[in-house]
Amino acid sequence: MTSHAASHVEHDPNIGITGLDHRKMGMWAFLGSECMFFGSLIGTYLSYKGKSLSGPTPHEILNIPLTSVSAFVLLMSSVLMVLALAAVQRNDMKWAKVWLFSTAMFGAGFVGFQIFEFTHFVNLGLTLRTNLFGSTFFTLTGFHGAHVTGGVIWLLALWALALRGKLGPQDALKVELCGLYWHFVDIVWIAIFTLVYLIP
Amino acid sequence: MATHAAFMPGTEAKSHGVLWSWITTVDHKRIGILYGTSAFFFFLVGGVEALIMRLQLARPDSTLVGPQAYNELFTMHGTTMVFLAIMPLSASFFNYMIPLMIGARDVAFPRLNALSYWIFLAGALFLNASWLFGVAPDAGWFGYANLTSRQFSPTASIDFWVLGLQILGISSLMAGFNFIVTIINMRAPGMTLMRMPLFVWMSFVTQFLLVLAFPAITVGLILLMFDRFFGTLFYAPAGGGDPLLWQHLFWIFGHPEVYILILPAMGIVSEVLPTFARKPLFGAPVVIYSGIMIGFFGFGVWSHHMFSVGLGPVADSAFSIATMLIAVPTGVKIFNWIGTLWGGTVRFKTPLFFALGFIAMFTMGGLSGIMHASPPVDLQQTDTYFVVAHFHYVLFGGSIFGLFAGIYYWWPKITGRLLDERLGKWHFWLMMLGFNATFFPQHYLGLIGMPRRIYTYAPDLGWYFWNLVSTIGAFVIAVSILVFMVNVVRTQRSGPTAGDDPWDARTLEWSIPSPPPVYNFARVPTVHDRDPFWLQKHGDGHGGKPAGRPAPASAAEIKAIHMPPPSYWPILLGAAFLFMMSGALISIYQVVLGGLLTLYCMFRFALEYHRPPSGGGH
Repeated sequence: MTSHAASHVEHDPNIGITGLDHRKMGMWAFLGSECMFFGSLIGTYLSYKGKSLSGPTPHEILNIPLTSVSAFVLLMSSVLMVLALAAVQRNDMKWAKVWLFSTAMFGAGFVGFQIFEFTHFVNLGLTLRTNLFGSTFFTLTGFHGAHVTGGVIWLLALWALALRGKLGPQDALKVELCGLYWHFVDIVWIAIFTLVYLIP
Repeated sequence: MATHAAFMPGTEAKSHGVLWSWITTVDHKRIGILYGTSAFFFFLVGGVEALIMRLQLARPDSTLVGPQAYNELFTMHGTTMVFLAIMPLSASFFNYMIPLMIGARDVAFPRLNALSYWIFLAGALFLNASWLFGVAPDAGWFGYANLTSRQFSPTASIDFWVLGLQILGISSLMAGFNFIVTIINMRAPGMTLMRMPLFVWMSFVTQFLLVLAFPAITVGLILLMFDRFFGTLFYAPAGGGDPLLWQHLFWIFGHPEVYILILPAMGIVSEVLPTFARKPLFGAPVVIYSGIMIGFFGFGVWSHHMFSVGLGPVADSAFSIATMLIAVPTGVKIFNWIGTLWGGTVRFKTPLFFALGFIAMFTMGGLSGIMHASPPVDLQQTDTYFVVAHFHYVLFGGSIFGLFAGIYYWWPKITGRLLDERLGKWHFWLMMLGFNATFFPQHYLGLIGMPRRIYTYAPDLGWYFWNLVSTIGAFVIAVSILVFMVNVVRTQRSGPTAGDDPWDARTLEWSIPSPPPVYNFARVPTVHDRDPFWLQKHGDGHGGKPAGRPAPASAAEIKAIHMPPPSYWPILLGAAFLFMMSGALISIYQVVLGGLLTLYCMFRFALEYHRPPSGGGH
């Protein structure tokens, strides 16, 4: 729309006056909003920390070694995401498919760890209703897990497009947007892992 | 996401009819009209709720409505006026005016814009559907925990409220992202940030408030929903939870929300005053900086809504000082508006009347606001009619007067016809009279001890007379709104046509026809000043010659303009989302099915132009 009517030069309508792509700027605005979302959830967790009237308490139950492995899996998926974007940008669609799929699988692996962890906690007697730790822990990490799940669906959709030959270097921005989201979700996990698991 | 296929005005109407063309529209002007008409409808709904309350309070020991119905009325009145009337009326001006004022042909994401509207409508209908089921929300517009817990609100009333607000919040967030990108990225060449019109600036600040404040209430509502549906303990004192958490999360959103409601009106007034004083806005950069400061401080004053909680002297002092500080940029703006009128060639048209009404009434609301910025004073005033008077002076005397200034100002641009001046002035004076008769006595009622949210009062309390005056005032306001509606109907039938520029105005939207063509600008303008159109017509006022109007575009140029085609995915996605959310009250299977439908619509929406049939590369 911004293209001059009389201009004969093909002009990308998604690039604005700042030279930046609308969609990328919109994604950053969305991530800014997400910071406030997770900030509110983390703030809730911290303000209720140690206020549970009954057990189990965090450090009776949290398994730091196991979660370190799942955190490692999630962080490595960010590396795979970078490789996926680089492959799409250089039109190496064979490797793009590999990296997109493996990013999604690492993300799914993280979600799998979380499902195992949640089930284990429920068996130990910690549910949403048990105490404030249960309410805040499951809500905070559950919303993070839901964000990872959304990212996995997004990655699989890009992978499916690639399989059908409908993803190419001209779509690199779409992969980059997914990457921005994916890295953001990873960074949020670093904050949650530190504040919930590592700090006593 | 923007333009992929050639689309010319009217082609869709020929093939599918007018209704279909509105349902599938992605034109920011049509979406603006949809927002405006829906918001005005809900303004009337909220107004009727207010009138019933005023009738109930007109005399002591009245039995017109019972306590339960009264609770529902004040809850729905507040929620409706904030989320379904003032916010979408502002959104209507964002939609219609921002692209025109920055010289753009549409917003950055036209389909997302349509989606914002349909989700807004879904949330509004969902919230009001509670009336049909006889379970309207009844816990007040700020729904304090733990009144909202399952224990104290066992019916679905609070569920309607929680889910309705979540739906509306998603609409506002999407609109916020859209307008941030539109304003940063779609300005016409030469329009630097400091050359942006004031309405665009104030809207810009508002979008940041929306995007950063809504997540806090989203989280607050999620926690409430979990408490009600899954038995979590967030607001349950019996399990160690603290109801104050809700108050913090709500007001971290709620105070910026106050500025979300007032900043667009301030922007409108900052456009109307220069036009009718025929001189530039006095100290425009300072007004811009003040708007930014208001937005910034707006996040640091939320606890002044909570002084009566007893947060301790340190917190009370800090929030009290911050609250008084925020009055400074607000006061600066008021002086700038007065300075704009000073020495101007003032033409007293209806938009200016409303703008002046805004300044006077908003200043009064601001002054009573400074009074309860002081915690000891606030303790006397909180939960009394004094506070009711205060926030109606800022939200009605401020926002509504400002929005009506905008309606009278831009009506000729939007419809091509001028509203009648004589009826407009009747509307103004009746509203001014009715408004002050309604709300000024409430200051006094509050100070002599009348609490807010009581459904009746005993005859010997001395509250009868001023309550009666207040009720009469409310009906005068209703008459003034009727005058406005008569004005609209009469002038649309047979009013004088407006022409492009009926007010001899200053900004770009007046340089194009009224109503504007679907592509807005046949040629994208180049901007050299904050008042670019004035510069073209009259020069800079320092002996510089008028720049002159650019040559009209040729038919071939207009034919080459590409506009985004209509899409039915926004309304389908909105409907699927509503189906999913309403499932929370009906069945988990509906939630799952609705979720899958929503996901499907999201994919179709996202991939609609993934590979354009025209074979374009983007």
